[in-house]
Amino acid sequence: MQIDLIAEARRQAEVCNACRYCEGYCSVFPALHRERAFSDGDITQLANLCHNCRGCYYACQYTVPHEFDLNLPKALAEVRQDSWKTHAWPAGSGALFDRSGVVIAAGLTLAVAQLFALAQGMRPADGAGFYAYMSHWVMVAIFAPAFLLPLLALAVSMRSYWQTVGGGDVRLSDLKAAVVSAGRMRNLNGGHGDGCNFEDEDRFSQARRVFHQATLYGFLLCFASTSSGTVLHYAFGMEAPYELFSLPKLFGIPGGMLLCIGTAGLAYLKTKADPNLGAPKVWGGEMAFVALLFAVSATGLLLYAATGTAAVGVLLPLHLGTVLTFFVLTPYSKMAHGFYRMAALTKEAAQSRGLEL
Amino acid sequence: MTQTPDIVVIGGGNAALCAAITAAEEGARVLILEAAPKPYRGGNSRHTRNYRCMHHGPLGPLIDSYSEDEYFDDLLKVTAGKTDEKLARLAIRTSEECLPWMEEHGVRFQPSLSGTLSLARTNAFFLGGGKGLVNAYYRTAEALGVQVAYEAQVTHLEVEDGRIVWVDFTQNGENTRLTPKSVVVASGGFQADTDWLTRAWGPAAKNFLIRGTPYNRGVVLADLLDQKVEQVGDPTQCHAVAIDGRAPKFDGGIVTRLDCVPFSIVVNKDAQRFYDEGEDVWPKRYAIWGRLVAGQPDQVAYVIIDAKSIDLFMPSVFPPEKADTIEDLAVQMGLPPAALRQTVESFNAACGDTSSFKHTELDGVATTGLVPAKTNWARPIVEPPFYGYSLRTGVTFTYLGLKVDEHAQCSVGNRPVSNLWAAGETMAGSILGQGYLAGFGMTIGTVFGRIAGRKAAAHAN
Ligand SMILES: Cc1cc2nc3c(=O)[nH]c(=O)nc-3n(C[C@H](O)[C@H](O)[C@H](O)COP(=O)(O)OP(=O)(O)OC[C@H]3O[C@@H](n4cnc5c(N)ncnc54)[C@H](O)[C@@H]3O)c2cc1C
Ligand code: SF4
Ligand code: SF4
Repeated sequence: MQIDLIAEARRQAEVCNACRYCEGYCSVFPALHRERAFSDGDITQLANLCHNCRGCYYACQYTVPHEFDLNLPKALAEVRQDSWKTHAWPAGSGALFDRSGVVIAAGLTLAVAQLFALAQGMRPADGAGFYAYMSHWVMVAIFAPAFLLPLLALAVSMRSYWQTVGGGDVRLSDLKAAVVSAGRMRNLNGGHGDGCNFEDEDRFSQARRVFHQATLYGFLLCFASTSSGTVLHYAFGMEAPYELFSLPKLFGIPGGMLLCIGTAGLAYLKTKADPNLGAPKVWGGEMAFVALLFAVSATGLLLYAATGTAAVGVLLPLHLGTVLTFFVLTPYSKMAHGFYRMAALTKEAAQSRGLEL
Repeated sequence: MTQTPDIVVIGGGNAALCAAITAAEEGARVLILEAAPKPYRGGNSRHTRNYRCMHHGPLGPLIDSYSEDEYFDDLLKVTAGKTDEKLARLAIRTSEECLPWMEEHGVRFQPSLSGTLSLARTNAFFLGGGKGLVNAYYRTAEALGVQVAYEAQVTHLEVEDGRIVWVDFTQNGENTRLTPKSVVVASGGFQADTDWLTRAWGPAAKNFLIRGTPYNRGVVLADLLDQKVEQVGDPTQCHAVAIDGRAPKFDGGIVTRLDCVPFSIVVNKDAQRFYDEGEDVWPKRYAIWGRLVAGQPDQVAYVIIDAKSIDLFMPSVFPPEKADTIEDLAVQMGLPPAALRQTVESFNAACGDTSSFKHTELDGVATTGLVPAKTNWARPIVEPPFYGYSLRTGVTFTYLGLKVDEHAQCSVGNRPVSNLWAAGETMAGSILGQGYLAGFGMTIGTVFGRIAGRKAAAHAN
């Protein structure tokens, strides 16, 4: 953990604690106002609770040129970013966060090339749809570990985070509260419901909230699509390709479209927003991550559109390559924020319940 | 500005914005001249947190009800009767309809802030504080076509035959003269002009800190008073409170307040006590302490508490000085150690039974035989670590202002200036002769800003 980042966030949190004007914007302030002194763990927790809505920057009477130099969204973003590095597993892998853009590009090239080679070299003798290009077992051999190992890494990280912030036993009701908060993106509604400040200075808008939720729900639908496919395959012996009116397609097509729209929107908003209210160093990496998610969904939709044509031979490895890169880099890219955010919201739910953990 | 505006509004705080928005909605072309650069726009209004509002039954964030008479009584108590009843009641009565107006124009409220529950019935808190309010009003004003010039300092209004014939301002070193049909002055008091403050108050004032904007220097106020526009309010007085002595000279705002005095002893730079720290609850006493500190050598005082009391008040913006002995604390704070030890010991010796100590109310736990006495919360200062804060006088606003009538109109003698209105702090002396009631400054600005905007537009159209 970088002590100077924490120290700077602590300095600012102490100003806020004497001020309290931003109390209504988000969960960070009520959590902050419960304390008189802030341990490193407290600051880390506040940082992961912050959704970077920026309301507290534009409303702050102490931003530059004022000598108090408040920029809480940035201070918390820096600590947040640093905390993901610190808790990344295996040790040392956190360095990947700093080079997200390069890592994503390199990962993509590698994954796509490898899958191309596989599709060419091990093309099955029979099989329908995309199984005509790559056998089910080759896919499983690649994707099962690529899915499970990152989850394992994240589980280790979550444990380490939970210890740092002093979390206790997890109650189901707190998890539920966290899910509801994230599900509605309550912390981006500004407290008044008008949304957050992002793309146009102090103007409140729902744009970021809407695009984020399109991304989130799009992603979840795509995930449901893959999961339902897996269940159909193993439990019912029904193999891809699926009909339009099948669960994988009913989840996958709207999911892919939402994900496309959401990520495109988020990328656009990011070009409008002031990078200095986040962690400027990782701007490029975050953008690369959004682009990767866009590529996952766009290639997926294209693949569906290309069903039965020769383009599948190109699109399949492209799509699978993006998905593979996405999975493998989940613990070391912006995707990790979802896990830390859920942990932070769960801890906050427990604490605001009045229970000292 | 390509065309001469119908209305020039001088200032960029709450009163100015309320006037500009109202006038623009009546169809007038409005130009705001704001002396501050954009990041500092909004004067003292950017430091505020709430608005005191009369209401019959729950309204917005406000609970229960708050009647005109109760509101007026609260005002009389703090001004010791120095209140213009007609204008005060006008402000109070109109405050109720203003709250929904504020919401319609972008202001958002939040529940009473933690630590301010006592105000939940009377004061509506702005979400994001005063800067959030100011930002919302600028958005609304600009959408209505109001033009805003920043770093535009008005230097002179020419009064001739009972009307303003022109307005001079400087921007980027350039002087410009405008001839609008109507003018609204909403440029606050003069507290940021330390020389003026020193002439009015005496030499002590050069050591005062200014809690709000450095741009309220009273330039327009002085200019108009020089031209015999009617004045109101005691020219020598200012509202001052005791704040953290380490606060910046200007713009320290709300965070520099210190709420620990009732649980402390307060000494001057010779380590001598000079007033009853436990006279009343802090919100009722902090303004008195501004004056008390101003009366001490070098206009500075020091608050000393011990470990028992450190968690009893709102956290301070800067951490306190901290030491394990009174002598060490004295050295850290630049006080004579032996004298401080002596003062603490005689205070401790005068403390009696502290078993009924209760920090949330007047507990009657007092010293005996000590001069000055401490009449509540008197507990010996014995438990290390010991903590100390320095205190200085922080000026909120000045009372001298432009006298207005119920139409917010200014006058020369008893003849109105036909196209000049004033709103906000710059005319608050017309209502508040002394003292201050939390949240009333924004009420005056909102109510009279809207009146001024309406009248100015009617005159221009
Ligand atoms: C720390 C602090 C906290 C406060 N909290 C509250 C509160 O919670 N509730 C409340 O009701 N009141 C509060 N007050 C009082 C409140 O700030 C004022 O009553 C109110 O803001 C006055 O509004 P105004 O528009 O008249 O003046 P201001 O908001 O001060 O605006 C004056 C404007 O005039 C501009 N100006 C000055 N000279 C010139 C010139 N020559 N040319 C052009 N422009 C000029 C300034 O730049 C400024 O924009 C607080 C005050 C302080 C200092
Ligand atoms: S961000 Fe600024 S306005 Fe908001 S609580 Fe902190 S210090 Fe106060
Ligand atoms: S940026 Fe938004 S979410 Fe983060 S602390 Fe500020 S108001 Fe809260």
